[in-house]
Amino acid sequence: MKKVLMATAALSLMAGVAQADAVKVGIILGFTGPIESLTPDMAAGAELAMKEVSESGMFLDGSTIEPVRADSTCVDAAAATAAAERLITSDNVAAIMGADCSGVTTAIANNVGVPNGVVMISPSATSPALSDIEDNGFFFRTAPSDARQGDVLANVIKDKGYDNVAVTYTNNDYGKGFADAFQAAYEALGGSVAISAAHEDGKADYSAEVGALSAAGADLLVVLGYVDQGGLGIIRTSLDTGAFDTFALGDGMFGDSLIENIGDDLNGTFGTVPGSEGEGAAKLAEMLDGIADNASGPYTGESYDAAALIALAAQAAGSADRAAIQSKILDVANAPGEPIGPGELAKGLEILKNGGEIDYVGATNVELIGAGEAAGSYREYEVKDGAFETVTFR
Amino acid sequence: MEDILNAIVLLSNFVIVPGLAYGAQLALGALGVTLIYAVLRFSNFAHGDLMAFGTMAVILVTWTFQSVGISAGPVPTALLALPFGILAAIGISLLFDRSVYKFYRTKKSPPVVFVIASVGVMFMLNGIVRFIIGPGDQNFSDGGRFLIKAREFKEMTGLNEGLAIKTSQGITIIVAFLVMIALFWFLQKSRTGKAMRAYSDNEDLALLSGINPDRVVLYTWIIAAALATIAGTLYGLDKSFKPFTYFQLLLPIFAAAIVGGIGNPLGAIAGGFVIAFSEVTVTYAYKKFLIYLGPEGWAPDGLVQLLSTDYKFAVSFVILVLVLLIRPTGIFKGKVI
Repeated sequence: MKKVLMATAALSLMAGVAQADAVKVGIILGFTGPIESLTPDMAAGAELAMKEVSESGMFLDGSTIEPVRADSTCVDAAAATAAAERLITSDNVAAIMGADCSGVTTAIANNVGVPNGVVMISPSATSPALSDIEDNGFFFRTAPSDARQGDVLANVIKDKGYDNVAVTYTNNDYGKGFADAFQAAYEALGGSVAISAAHEDGKADYSAEVGALSAAGADLLVVLGYVDQGGLGIIRTSLDTGAFDTFALGDGMFGDSLIENIGDDLNGTFGTVPGSEGEGAAKLAEMLDGIADNASGPYTGESYDAAALIALAAQAAGSADRAAIQSKILDVANAPGEPIGPGELAKGLEILKNGGEIDYVGATNVELIGAGEAAGSYREYEVKDGAFETVTFR
Repeated sequence: MEDILNAIVLLSNFVIVPGLAYGAQLALGALGVTLIYAVLRFSNFAHGDLMAFGTMAVILVTWTFQSVGISAGPVPTALLALPFGILAAIGISLLFDRSVYKFYRTKKSPPVVFVIASVGVMFMLNGIVRFIIGPGDQNFSDGGRFLIKAREFKEMTGLNEGLAIKTSQGITIIVAFLVMIALFWFLQKSRTGKAMRAYSDNEDLALLSGINPDRVVLYTWIIAAALATIAGTLYGLDKSFKPFTYFQLLLPIFAAAIVGGIGNPLGAIAGGFVIAFSEVTVTYAYKKFLIYLGPEGWAPDGLVQLLSTDYKFAVSFVILVLVLLIRPTGIFKGKVI
């Protein structure tokens, strides 16, 4: 018995020593599952920020950050919850960068993150439903909600002078949430949605769907689907039957394969896709060159920013305590203060150490609004002469 | 007058032309199912995947042709590759007949055993097709895409509504028509066709009259495989080839065969068009159509759509259940299952 007690005491002592040296931050992403091709680069983005902080020597009086990876699987809520549980109870992380997909992110936040009072910053969960979860202020995201994109897309369409549109969306949480958000925003602007109908992905024939959509008598078809799935079939059938000539597309429809598959008939079609202009994104891509497979891949910037926010908030609070980090996230993310871009984390840490204020801008123009989520900047594009052309940023 | 023409063109574009093409594809598939049912006396669940296998062979040969520069001008190259696909489908059908069905035939197993065996064959074919060509979409159509383009039609006639007829839709209807004539001629006039009908009508009597059962079985598989490949290729040209959608086609094909009267070739054709048109007409929104026909300035409030397109597949189910309840023999008297 005595031996066991001694061993336990020794172990806890060792754990205590390790903690004083490095602050652990969890990275929970779907390293296996449907988005496993994206997550290594996202993790690389987050770990780059942590490395930058550790090497600066400014972080919490010379402390460092130690990343701990866990697998969210993207789709399996039970496995993701268990992995997050491990991070919080056994690895004792100060905060979590993640999770990635909306479903597992909700599960982790509700079951583990919020009850334990651990800050979670998701780089890629975009479901509008996440704005309304009971998060006690512990859930943030550097990715914008699809509700925001619905708003932006509605504005783009209205600005082009369309007052009556038909909407088709892919039949899942993403499509449904996006379509509802779009319809609400568009109707608030005075437009009318003649028909909003779901389509299933992976079907061979969409003529019945297109027939119903065209019968509503709208001038424009809004396609909120996937570029390699039903969305493509809908557009092709619409063009074949002459039902619609012009389309407005959501972010899932952005891809070069669309132009390859459809050709010149796509000219005049427009849409929105998340993206920011400016030096931040380019700078990060340069920094990630050689580390990530695709340095400007989807959500790598958001991942970097999420990890950076955690470190900066801890610095501002002067402690790696979980609640202390939570209280400072919005302060470092938003104005007022000195703007901090990617690669300038050392500068930000120094300002905070000296009691100054910063406005973290990062790779994606971070600005947290509402329930602690990115305002999001979107790129409005139009297809001209068989290529995507950027019109403006919104 | 122009309004009436507009209404007719609108309906043709979204209901009649797609319905005719889809109906012809279903009818060819249902003919294969019904023939096997009539002669071999079981419901062949592997028919959808036999279609996929034959189409896959056609696609592979088409790609070879395209790479060496053989083309058929305005019509798709796939039509040239069709005979090779049919041969491949016949080969695999006979292989499965010798290795699986023959065993049960000599044992005189009840039909339900055949049905379950065909489910096994279905999964094997399913796996073979995915293994060879992959589970994704394959594109193999070439040549001219349209007989009439919607925009050109509008310019030509001066009407508000356009009518588009795809080359694949035209080819589907013509090929299906020719194949059906050939099949009926074969069943009614040729010696083997008559033997098949006799065997289907009364097996013992046919055997007594000296009909060779092996020969009848052989010809049935050859015809069924040819029909499956033609139906599959036409469907793939018109829509797209993906192994999973062929597996899903099984339901409307069976519905067509049963609605028409299973075991009756004429019924299979009628059933194919009934299923196709009910799927399209029930889910079409008639708002625009009624605006053209109604009085000036009048518009219906809703979309005038009976069912949302989400329920497209349910339509075949409902028709199937109704037919089995009300008239189990189908439109043309087939065998009662």
